Amino acid sequence: MNLFQIISEIEKVDPEVYDRLDSRRSIFKHMTGLGQKLSAAALPLAVGAIFNKVYAQTPMNASVNDVLNFALSLEYLESYFYNAGQASAPLQLGLSTTNKAALEIIRVDESNHVTFLRGVLGAAAITPPTTATFDYTGGKGTGAGPFADVFINPATYLAVAQSLEDTGVRAYKGGAPLLMSNKTVLTAALNIHSVEARHASRLRTMRRGGANNNAASQGVPAAPYNAAPKSWISGTDNGGASPAQTAPIYGAGNNTNAPTGVTFDAESNTTQGGANLTTLPNTTGFPASAFSEAFDEALDVTTVKAIARTFVVNGSTFLA
Amino acid sequence: MSDNLQPLYTPIKRRSFFTYAGATALVLAGCSKDSDPTTSTPGTISLGAGDVGVLNYAYALEQLEAAFYAQVVKTPAADFLAGELAYFTQIAAHEAIHRDFLKAAITKEKVGSLLQDLTPIFTTINFSSRNSVLTAAKLFEDLGVAAYNGAGILLKSQAYLTVAGQIASVEARHAALVRDLLTPGSFAADDQIDANGLDKQMTPTDVIAAAQSFITQQLDASLVGK
Repeated sequence: MNLFQIISEIEKVDPEVYDRLDSRRSIFKHMTGLGQKLSAAALPLAVGAIFNKVYAQTPMNASVNDVLNFALSLEYLESYFYNAGQASAPLQLGLSTTNKAALEIIRVDESNHVTFLRGVLGAAAITPPTTATFDYTGGKGTGAGPFADVFINPATYLAVAQSLEDTGVRAYKGGAPLLMSNKTVLTAALNIHSVEARHASRLRTMRRGGANNNAASQGVPAAPYNAAPKSWISGTDNGGASPAQTAPIYGAGNNTNAPTGVTFDAESNTTQGGANLTTLPNTTGFPASAFSEAFDEALDVTTVKAIARTFVVNGSTFLA
Repeated sequence: MSDNLQPLYTPIKRRSFFTYAGATALVLAGCSKDSDPTTSTPGTISLGAGDVGVLNYAYALEQLEAAFYAQVVKTPAADFLAGELAYFTQIAAHEAIHRDFLKAAITKEKVGSLLQDLTPIFTTINFSSRNSVLTAAKLFEDLGVAAYNGAGILLKSQAYLTVAGQIASVEARHAALVRDLLTPGSFAADDQIDANGLDKQMTPTDVIAAAQSFITQQLDASLVGK
């Protein structure tokens, strides 16, 4: 009788069998003593009882669904933003051909993320929000917030876009540890995460080169990076595109209930895993900015929600 | 991707479980020894097992990237466009910091398990040619993103998963820039992003196979995360 061999066989069909069991050790504990009491003929029944318990559980626990619905909410925020941008003629007039093409790629990716996450969640997915749920001016429903000209002025539009993408990168990173119980979901989330980072990088290029610049990747970053950022986040980017509203996107999160060993530091953080990056060997001569640029930071759900609700109308329960 | 999606929301049916249970009786009779995953291929350097293996795996890639960009900065291509050397100088610093961070993390995690210094082979890269440098950079950055994306499920520690993500998104930012420098508008092109809007992931053995021609030492990633 070799229980591990059986589980190993099952693993070929169900790669997540070990996650469904508590652990190899605990399954062994379940079996301890059984062997003495049961004959070999009765063992399959006992093993069956254990697995029956395991597979009777829902494969995805509530917290995984919650994290995915949270991600889906953010994807709606992004997706509707790019749809509205594409529909605005005055905005399109101010964008170069290459920038329009890039924004269309991003728009399609975000729309695909919505569809994908809805597919993953199935019946557990949230009700789709209406477009009236969002106010991308940051006016919470007045349409006259700090980004009042967002769908007319390409510079404002790209600034908001960068803010949304940089937030998305931090949100997926913060959510990843909560998805470790489901390897397929975790990998999918990581695969969206890196796409958001690619988007953020491209949007930063657009802002650096200017909305009407046709060169895909030119432009010189200019400190303090509010208007002409690098492709990666340097320090806290001086609060981002519009510091009064966007500073939290680059600031520290809330470490209450953070997963073990995880902290939600500001983007300017230069200590990783307890190691002070600035004192690593072989890095002398690097500019101070390099140490924070080399690592993006994660952000917790509560802080991300507060940021996202900058663009949700007052009274809405969306992302509440 | 639709095949991969299936396990996300389809519970294993009770009926199919009982198929396993039925087979159990048969398997019981003829069970062999535990399959032992702890042996490595002779003549190669094993990256190790468990989380340390994943860290060593990342360390191998970061060594390669850091060495590459250090050379790019040291002997910049004559036909770099304005501003490009500055980009590469920044990326070179990021990769060197990733490399040295991982070295410190591995040493802290398990003394004596640190992967040796690797010797890069860059003979196929023409460092005096912008196109050759950008082509190699694109390969390394996309490979890095896919490697980190695929390594997430191998990690046991939430803290290491987070730090891997912290590096992964910076690699993705690099990848997008480098891709656009090489081919304008390709930052998230269809060869990299699928119809679901998802980036790629690769297994350690596939990544090492793709990187092996740039590394003198023969690496074995078969135990990574096991």
